[in-house]
Amino acid sequence: MKTLAELAAIRDKMQNKVTIREGEGQTRIVVGMATCGIAAGARPVLNAFVEGVADAGLGDTVTVTQTGCIGICQYEPVVEVFEAGKDKVTYVKMTADKVKRVLDEHIKGGSPVAEYTIDMAQK
Amino acid sequence: MKELSLNILDVAENSVRAGAANISILLSLDGAGWLTLTIADDGCGMDEQTVRRVSDPFYTTRTTRKVGLGIPFLQLAAAQTGGALQIDSEPGKGTTVKATFDTGSVDFTPIGDMPSTLATLIMGAPNVDFHFRHTTPDGEVVLNTDQLRATLGSEVSLAELEVIAWIKDYMREQYDRLGGKNE
Ligand SMILES: Nc1ncnc2c1ncn2[C@@H]1O[C@H](COP(=O)(O)OP(=O)(O)OP(=O)(O)O)[C@@H](O)[C@H]1O
Repeated sequence: MKTLAELAAIRDKMQNKVTIREGEGQTRIVVGMATCGIAAGARPVLNAFVEGVADAGLGDTVTVTQTGCIGICQYEPVVEVFEAGKDKVTYVKMTADKVKRVLDEHIKGGSPVAEYTIDMAQK
Repeated sequence: MKELSLNILDVAENSVRAGAANISILLSLDGAGWLTLTIADDGCGMDEQTVRRVSDPFYTTRTTRKVGLGIPFLQLAAAQTGGALQIDSEPGKGTTVKATFDTGSVDFTPIGDMPSTLATLIMGAPNVDFHFRHTTPDGEVVLNTDQLRATLGSEVSLAELEVIAWIKDYMREQYDRLGGKNE
């Protein structure tokens, strides 16, 4: 059973890490969570990224955040990936199943999954 | 929307955007099968005209301001079961959105994954105090972020991935126990 004592243990572990965090080369994964995104299935996509990043131990260098309407509702769920010194990559019509490949090939491997990007969808 | 929990996520995000410090989400099922959802915040509130505009997307056609669909979707989900939606709001004080549903209706949208909705809200707004309570005749599921924050202290954010995972499991366990009583 989950107890508050367990939460306190997480806190103790985290407190030792807090200081290392700042100023690191961060990758940001941003998920559009306006009405259009949520209706199209953005919540499981967001959760798959959050769980995938945590499972891969990438929490120190990768952040997963939410934003409002990105303005391309017909392509929702939309996910944008920002990496320092690189062009933004926009993934469209995302699903929880597609998340693993994006994490493996792009976030860990460094090469975006071209198939899932908006450039492909527009062709 | 496929699940009511998605409507709740969407409408509660309006409360976050309204700058609320406290957001309470209450689900209450009575013995006759009526479900009442109440989302209350202490955010910036809305004037009467805005409330009208928000609940009637067609009312806005003559203005240039962007219209949202979050509240109209929730209204539809309630109305299709024979229930209704009501907004009480006061500028500077806050907003309460209340919706009722007949869970016996064939058009009732299942509540779905509330732990994911709460986790998503808390990740997006870790400094807001969320008060969640879901009561049924068999028991209840409760989550109060102020209590969690008291345990975590000021240095560790509620948005930490391990904390979010804990929150989801903590709520899922409560739901499992509640579900077990129905069998
Ligand atoms: N709790 C609230 N407090 C203050 N203002 C609110 C609240 N709820 C809604 N509003 C106002 O009503 C507008 C429309 O809300 P609605 O949920 O319909 O759409 P939205 O979520 O803003 O847009 P979208 O459909 O892109 O998600 C909001 O942009 C906001 O100005």
